[in-house]
This record gives sequence, structure tokens and C-alpha cells, in this order.
Amino acid sequence: MTLVTPERPTTLRLVDQFQLGLDAPICLTWELTYACNLACVHCLSSSGRRDPGELSTTECKQLIDEFERMQIFYVNIGGGEPTIRADFWELVDYATDHHVGVKFSTNGSRITPEVAERLASSDYVDVQISLDGATAEVNDAVRGPGSYDTAIRAMERMAAAGFVGFKLSVVVTRQNATQLDAFLALANRYRAQLRLTRLRPSGRGADVWDELHPTADQQRGLYEWLLAHGEKVLTGDSFFHLAGYGEALPGLNLCGAGRVVCLVDPVGDVYACPFAIHDEFLAGNVRSPGGFDRVWKSSDLFAELRRPDTGGACRSCGMYDGCRGGCMAAKFFTGLPLDGPDPECVLGNGKALLAAAADTVPPRPSLDHSRRAPAGPVAVALTPRRPDRICDEHPLAGPDAGHPPR
Amino acid sequence: MPPTIQAGTPSFDPSLPWALHPQVSLRPEAFGALAYHFGTRRLSFLKSPTLLAVVSSLATQPTGRAACTAAGVGSDELATYERALAALAESGMICERSAP
Repeated sequence: MTLVTPERPTTLRLVDQFQLGLDAPICLTWELTYACNLACVHCLSSSGRRDPGELSTTECKQLIDEFERMQIFYVNIGGGEPTIRADFWELVDYATDHHVGVKFSTNGSRITPEVAERLASSDYVDVQISLDGATAEVNDAVRGPGSYDTAIRAMERMAAAGFVGFKLSVVVTRQNATQLDAFLALANRYRAQLRLTRLRPSGRGADVWDELHPTADQQRGLYEWLLAHGEKVLTGDSFFHLAGYGEALPGLNLCGAGRVVCLVDPVGDVYACPFAIHDEFLAGNVRSPGGFDRVWKSSDLFAELRRPDTGGACRSCGMYDGCRGGCMAAKFFTGLPLDGPDPECVLGNGKALLAAAADTVPPRPSLDHSRRAPAGPVAVALTPRRPDRICDEHPLAGPDAGHPPR
Repeated sequence: MPPTIQAGTPSFDPSLPWALHPQVSLRPEAFGALAYHFGTRRLSFLKSPTLLAVVSSLATQPTGRAACTAAGVGSDELATYERALAALAESGMICERSAP
């Protein structure tokens, strides 16, 4: 993004203006369904099964009308696997017809050659294909057997259809942090743009964060790699805590939760950010009187988040202006105080706190739509996982709803 | 998918007529405005209400400079605002219009 500013002193820095909140979000994540045909171990929304209270097609269209009125330029649609919804394309068309651009995240399983053609012909739809390993071994250990091949096939189809510049979206983990160059090569091969984001201990991510989050050395390497690649590699502004190393990465470098971003979940609940699905960060519901507009403008939670930051325990740190204390959700779900350092604080200030909090139980996500598959801890070791059950293929409609078991 | 933007955009000439690119939307905010280009998917921040007034009136003013003047930009600030418009032209947010 670009700052276009007449060069003269203004009363407030832009970052401070954003801290006070905007009339509407700049970037809104809308998760259309909790249903998913995968069961990624780090799923930020603990997705798997559809929620019976998910917004209907009509309600979704009303919400899009509201986005249009609020001049929300585009929404990031996710899930779950959003393309699983039977009305997915209808909603995409409705949004773009109403001047709301769509960028959607997918595991690629529904990107047929026909879908790729259709996407390539639209000016207002962008696509993010998720992949968390540059090799099948690393990816499938996290996203499930076959998911690497599925994503690669989707990228091949997008490239074949002539869609230039779709996104290859990667969550950086301890296991793939050494594959950054390989990810970039993959993106280039399919004329896609690489997007790296930060692993948060949100949703099922809380269960695997200890094993998956990058080491301190890897964080440093990632920071240098991102600085070297500049704006060519997208980050969704998710690594602003790395500004503590010195130089800020491209982007706004602030936590936008409830200020410039928020999440609308499949049942219409509005949370401060996609990584904060917990009652503590629930601002309201789009089905309540006044709708999304009122939640955004008047919720107590968002008003609180928009108060100027004091910095808390980080106030005396010289790096605070850069990292601004890091990620709220990362702190919350690791049991750290919100007004202190990030668990991955580059100066190591979070590590000591984490050790001190080792005996306390961090908050759990308020919702869990995981499929009731194998009991016990999820395996994160880099060994192939056992194949998912047959009915995992169709979370919206199990065998008894018309999908014959194969 | 985004259309290709012509490389080597000519430099901004304030004596020509300009307009907001047809694929750009403006959203006024307290600090000025957000501008979003649906074609390139670029977001820009217009960091002053005056700049928003300038950009909004481009299409109805005979030249870029006239839009600045009409929005109340004084001669001492003209160069600053013309640089801001040049930046917007470079990123494709505004474009030349054929006739005044």
C-alpha cells in the first residue's frame, strides 16, 4: 500500500490515527463456514464441522449490502473451506456486483479447470491457496495426507487458466522456515505471489504452537529474508513483532484488531481479529439490531481497543514504537498478559514470562468445530498421518445425507 | 485478475486535465481518505482532507492545478500537493482525461 501525503507536519502519525479506529475496517475477514474437508493441526478457527447456526444465503447477501454501504472495498473470505458452501459462487458474484471485492482462501480442492478459468476472467476476485510446506512431507504432516498434491494441482490449473498474481499463502513454522526460497520458487513457477504469515496459538494452533512456532534463530532468519525481499513478498502485516530487531518490515506495523481489521465468523459473530475467536474478543453479532455497522462503530470492546496504548510492561523498552508489544492473540492464548511482551518477543522478554506461566492453563478457544476424529493429542511429527475417515471428505453432508461412502 | 499497468508512466503534468481512475473508490476518513484500486488491488492513504477535496474535484476541474486551487491550496503549498498527485498518478490511482 502507499502513503500519499502532502509533506507537512500533521497532528497525528497515521499509525496513531489507525489506533483510534476508522469508520469501517480496511480489511475484513469473513469466515463463511466452519466446515472443512481438511483438518490442519494448526487451524486458527478449529474448523471441521459446519455450525447449524451459520448465516443463510439471504443473511450473507444482507451483510454484503452492509459492506457496500460502509464502503468496505474488499473482504477476505475464509473458513473452514469456504468453497464447500453450496452458495459460495453465488455470494462471490453478489459481492463483486455490489462493489465489494473478494479475496478468498482455499486449500485448492475445489479449483477445477473450469473454476480456474472463471476466476481468471474476473477483475474483482483474488485467490489465496494455502500450503504449509514446500515439500509434500512437510506440508502433509500439518495439513493432512494428499493436501500438498491438491494445492499444487490447483496452482497448475490457475496458471494454465492464465490467472497471474494469485497468492500462495504459507504459515511459517519451525518445519518450513528453512524452505522460504523453495516457496518463492514455487510461487514464481505458477506466476503467483508468495504470502507468508505468522503462526498463532489460536484455535487448534494452541495445541501445537510449542512444537510448530519458529525458533529464535529461525525468526531472525525470517526477518532478514523478508527485509531482503521487500514488498514482493506479502505478509498481511503479520510479522510486525519482528520490528523489534530494528528496521520495520513493509506494512502498517500495528495490531489492527478492532481498529482497522476484524473477523465476522460463520454464525455472524464479530471478533476483534481472525486469531481471536474467544468470548474475550467478541464484539457482537451481525444479526443484532443495527447489524455489523453498529458493532463496528459502537461495541464496548472495540471502543476499548481504540483507546491509546500505554505500552504496559513494554513501555520502558526502546523497541516499543516498532513492535508495539506484538500480537494480542499470541499473548492471550499462551497465557501472557495483554499489556506485556509477545511470546515471541525478539528480545526474549516473552520467553521468561512463558516459563513463569508454565504451570497456568492458558485460555482455550471458546468454540471448537473440529471433527470428532481420533482421540488424544494430534501428531505433529513429520511422519505421514493415518488417512482421514471416508466421511471426512464431505463435512457438510455425511454419508446419511446423500454422499455414498467410497 | 489485475490488468497490467503500463510501465514507464509519464510524469505528472499539472496543466493537463486529470480524473480518478474509474476502478478506484474513495472512502473519506477523519485523516483524509482511503483509496482502493480494484484493478491493481492497491490501497493508498490520502493523508489530508484537502488532498481528498483535490482528488474528488479532478474530474470537474480543467487541470490538476485548478483542482488544487479550487480546494483552497495556497501558492506556498501548491508544489507539495502536485507532488502528492504525481505519486497518485504513478500508482495509477488517477489518470489523464482526454478533454477538459
